[in-house]
Amino acid sequence: MKARVFVTLKPSVFDPQGRTVAEALHTLGYTSVAEVRQGKYFELDVRAGSVEQARALAAEVADKLLANPVIESYRIEVEP
Amino acid sequence: MTPGRPVRFAVVVFPGSNCDHDAYHAVKHVLGEAVDFVWHKESGLHGADVVILPGGFSHGDYLRTGAIARFSPVMAAVEAFARDGGPVIGICNGFQVLLEAGLLPGAMLRNRELKFRCEHVHLRVERPDTPFTSRCTEGQILRMPIAHGEGNYYAPPEVLTALETRRQVVFRYCDPGGGVSDASNPNGSVHNIAGICNAARNVVGLMPHPERACEASLGSDDGLVILESVVESLGRSGRLAAAVRRAEQTR
Repeated sequence: MKARVFVTLKPSVFDPQGRTVAEALHTLGYTSVAEVRQGKYFELDVRAGSVEQARALAAEVADKLLANPVIESYRIEVEP
Repeated sequence: MTPGRPVRFAVVVFPGSNCDHDAYHAVKHVLGEAVDFVWHKESGLHGADVVILPGGFSHGDYLRTGAIARFSPVMAAVEAFARDGGPVIGICNGFQVLLEAGLLPGAMLRNRELKFRCEHVHLRVERPDTPFTSRCTEGQILRMPIAHGEGNYYAPPEVLTALETRRQVVFRYCDPGGGVSDASNPNGSVHNIAGICNAARNVVGLMPHPERACEASLGSDDGLVILESVVESLGRSGRLAAAVRRAEQTR
């Protein structure tokens, strides 16, 4: 089963990389891209009996390691 | 416990640490105290009185700086040592490891300008009441190098307020005259924070490198006072406590 974890900086935290990418896009003429937030994407191949179990496992490892709760939040998608 | 016995430092070595030898050299050859390297897979600290988590790029800075190192076996011993009141200092990557381990509050972001900053900066000592600043005076200005890409200290507003109220901000980036402004902030850290301590004040983390500023021939010896401070602090009260702690560990 595949669990996808998307980790992003919390909205309240300044993202210097996203800002730089946005500035580069503006330089390229994409002025309609107002803002960019950069994050991390993890694809976990998990052994789990159910979608719920896979989601719980992904959340556990995200809490423990993949995301730093001080600055980041995450979202999980599970593909059965 | 023999009076005059050298203070024993432990320098923890993670895969990717690269200031471990600088710290070892400063302690042994400049300060004249005893020092051991402790590999991150070890479960003890060789009976150390002081623990240094050195700078570098532990585990290649993969995932987040310090995020993987915090799970190294040695960190359980470091956490127990810190809980018992043992003096712990995290320098640069070592500071990042302490943040990830939750031994200090907050987190590191990429530097505001995304540049790796490698230069000498000035720091203002805000708090002389830690074991690593006891020989400093409040407001003393120290010049030492920084070398980091992720030293942009961040803490949520309520944590930041608590840090300031409890006087846990130990060092701030400043100009040569001691003025704290955005211009003297090399990385975007909130409140120009360069170093903090925990509530118990025995765990200190800072981004600048005191161990690389211990000899005038290296451009500054302002960092030596940090190491001298902890030796003096232990001389006053801590070495007896450390000896008791060691005796308990070996029982």
